Amino acid sequence: MSRIRDTFAGLKRTGRGGFIPFITAGDPDLATSELLLIELAAAGADIIELGVPFSDPVADGEVIQRASERALRNGVTLRDALACVAHAKQQIDVPVVLFSYFNPLLQFGRDRLANEAKQAGVDAVLVTDLIPEEAQAWTETLQQRELDPIFLVAPTTSDERLVRIGQQARGFIYAVSRAGVTGARDEMTHDAETLVRRVRMVSDLPVAVGFGVSTAEHLREVWRFADAAVVGSAIVREIERLKTAPDLVQRVGKFARSLLATNQQNVGDSTALHLP
Amino acid sequence: MQRSTITTSEPDENGHWGQFGGRYVPETLVAPLDELTKEFTRARHDAEFWRELDQRLRGYCGRPTPLFHGQRLTAHAGGAQIYLKREDLSHTGSHKINNAMGQALLSRRMGKRRIIAETGAGQHGVATATVCAMFGLQCIIYMGAEDMRRQALNVFRMRLLGAEVAAVNAGARTLKDAINEALRDWVTNVHDTYYLLGSALGPHPYPLMVREFQRVIGREAREQILSATGRLPRALIACVGGGSNSIGLFHPFIGDQSVRLIGVEAGGRADSLGEHAARFHPTAASGGGRIGVLHGTMSYVLQNDTGQIATTHSISAGLDYAAIGPEHAFLHDNGRAEYICASDAEALEGFTLCAELEGIIPALESSHAIIPAVRIARELPQSDAIIVNLSGRGDKDAQLVAELNIR
Ligand SMILES: Cc1ncc(COP(=O)(O)O)c(C=O)c1O
Repeated sequence: MSRIRDTFAGLKRTGRGGFIPFITAGDPDLATSELLLIELAAAGADIIELGVPFSDPVADGEVIQRASERALRNGVTLRDALACVAHAKQQIDVPVVLFSYFNPLLQFGRDRLANEAKQAGVDAVLVTDLIPEEAQAWTETLQQRELDPIFLVAPTTSDERLVRIGQQARGFIYAVSRAGVTGARDEMTHDAETLVRRVRMVSDLPVAVGFGVSTAEHLREVWRFADAAVVGSAIVREIERLKTAPDLVQRVGKFARSLLATNQQNVGDSTALHLP
Repeated sequence: MQRSTITTSEPDENGHWGQFGGRYVPETLVAPLDELTKEFTRARHDAEFWRELDQRLRGYCGRPTPLFHGQRLTAHAGGAQIYLKREDLSHTGSHKINNAMGQALLSRRMGKRRIIAETGAGQHGVATATVCAMFGLQCIIYMGAEDMRRQALNVFRMRLLGAEVAAVNAGARTLKDAINEALRDWVTNVHDTYYLLGSALGPHPYPLMVREFQRVIGREAREQILSATGRLPRALIACVGGGSNSIGLFHPFIGDQSVRLIGVEAGGRADSLGEHAARFHPTAASGGGRIGVLHGTMSYVLQNDTGQIATTHSISAGLDYAAIGPEHAFLHDNGRAEYICASDAEALEGFTLCAELEGIIPALESSHAIIPAVRIARELPQSDAIIVNLSGRGDKDAQLVAELNIR
C-alpha cells in the first residue's frame, strides 16, 4: 500500500539504514531541483524530502532560510514544487515527502493539495508547524488520497503526546535530534537516541532522525538506533556553495554518495531493526 | 454590518476563538507552551498573583493612568466629548509595561531567568528591558535593523537598561522578522528561556494571556468614564498592531452592546499590498481580508496568492505587521468590533493635532486613532462621550517626524 512503508520494510529486510536527503524546490532553480531529485535517487536516496519555500521559515537555520530566499526570488510556488515532482517521477521511483510550512498549503486548499500532490506522485506530506492537535482535518483528507501524514517529535515532546502523534502519523515518524532549528552540526547529541527509544515504546512506525545530521559518521551513528537519517542543511549547503557550477548536480550527487560510503557496514546490525 | 449580540469573548481550552487562534508551531515548542499555559492558568486563578501585579503596576508603573477629558480636541471636533486614556503616562511610556510586568512575574514563578522578546517600535523592548532590570534577569531583545534605525532612541534606552539588542537583518527588517528570530532563539533554548511576547498574537496561550494583562486599561477606563459622565461611552477607539492595547481597552466593554469598539489599522501610504498594514483592508488589490497562519496563530494575514507573507508598511513601527491577533479576527467576523484604517498622513495629522490642542505628543501608533476619533465624535451629540486609547507617548518619534519636515 504505502510506498513509504514498503521502503522501510525493504530496509529492514536488508538490514540497511535509510538515507533521506532534503532539498528546497527551486534552489537554485526549478530545472536543477528536478535533476537533483533524479541524481539523489541514483545516489542511493531511499526517500527524498522536497521543501516548499516559505517567506518566514521559523524552524529553519540560516542555510535553509537562504535556500528558501533563493527559491522565492525565482518566484517558486507550491504548484511549481508539485510540477517538479511530477516531472522527476517520470524517471525515478523513490518516495517523495512534501515538506512545507502550513500557510502555503492552507492557501492552496486542502482537497486541492491532496488531489494534486497525489497526481504529481507525492507520497507523504510533512507540515513543520502543523501539530496533530490542529491537523485532524488535514490528516483525514491526505489519508483519503493515500498520502502519508508525517509528524515530527522532539526531545521536548511528552510521552503522552508521543502516543497521540504515533496514532495520527503514517509512513514514519520524524524525530528531531535536538531542540533547535535546522542546521548542520559538528556533533550529534544523545537526545536523539533517547527520543527514538521513547518513540519505540509507543509506536511501531519506523523512525527517521533529522536536524544536524551532516556527515557519514553521523549517519552511521543514527543508523545504530534509528531506521533512517535525514540530511538537510549539509546538502543544501553544498547546493549553495556550488550554485553557479555547471556540474552542480553531479557534485551534489557525489557528496550524497560520500555520505553513504559506509552504509554496508550497517548490514546485519540488529539494533537498526525495530522490535515489535 | 449588523451589530453582534455576543456578550463574551473567550477562547476554548486550546486557544481557539472560532476558527482563529490555536497553535501552529514546530513540535519542540509545544512542551514550553503547555508549561506556560499551565502556569498562566494557575496564576490567573491566584488572587495573590493579581495582588502582587496590581501593587507593582501602582507602585512602579504609575497606574491607574488618568482618563483625561480633551476639551480642545472635543471643541475641534464639535460633537461627542473626547476622553483620552493616558497609557502614555505609564512607566516607560506605553501600555506595553502592563504585559511585560505580568509576564515577568510569571517567568519568575517558572524559574526562567533568561528572557527574550521581539520589538517593533521598541516600546515592548524597553518595557521588557525595564522589568528585567528590576528583577535582575538576563534580557535579549530582537529588533529589525530598519526598526532600529527609525526608533534609535529606544535602542539606546534598552541598552541603558542592560539589555542586549540583537539586530535582525532578514526580510524587511521589521517586526515580523524580529518575531521569527525570537522564535528561533526560543526553540533552541527552550530549557532556560522565557519568551516574553509583546502583543495579543502568537500561539496559545499568548493572545489570551496578553489580553488578560492588558485588560487593566479597559477596567480602569470603564470605572473612570462612569464616574466622570455617569454613563457608558458611545465608542472606544484604539490603534491595532498585533492588537494588545485595543483588546485591553475593548474587552471589559464586550458585553456593553451600546458601546462601539473601533480598531484602527495602519493604512500606510497606499492601498496596494506591501504599502500598508491593514489586515482587514476592504479593497481587492490590498491583499486584505485573507485568513492565514503566521507566527503560530490563525488569523487575518497579509499575504500573496500563494501564501507567502507580504511585507508591510506603516510610518509607525509598532503597527507595521502582517497579521492581527486572533481575537480581533473573531470580533471582526462576528461584527462585535469594527475596523477601519488611517493612513500615514492621517497619523501625522493626528500627531500634530494632539500635540497642539492638548499638549500631549502621542506615539505615531496611537496617533492613528486621533483623526478617526475626531470624525466619529463629530457625528455624535455633545451629550455623548467616546474614549481614545493613547497607547504611548511620542518622544521616540519626535526625531523621525522632524526629519519628515512636518513642522
Ligand atoms: C505605543 C504603541 N501603541 C501601539 C502599539 C501596537 O501594538 P498593539 O496593537 O499590540 O497595542 C505599539 C507597538 O509597538 C506601541 O508601541
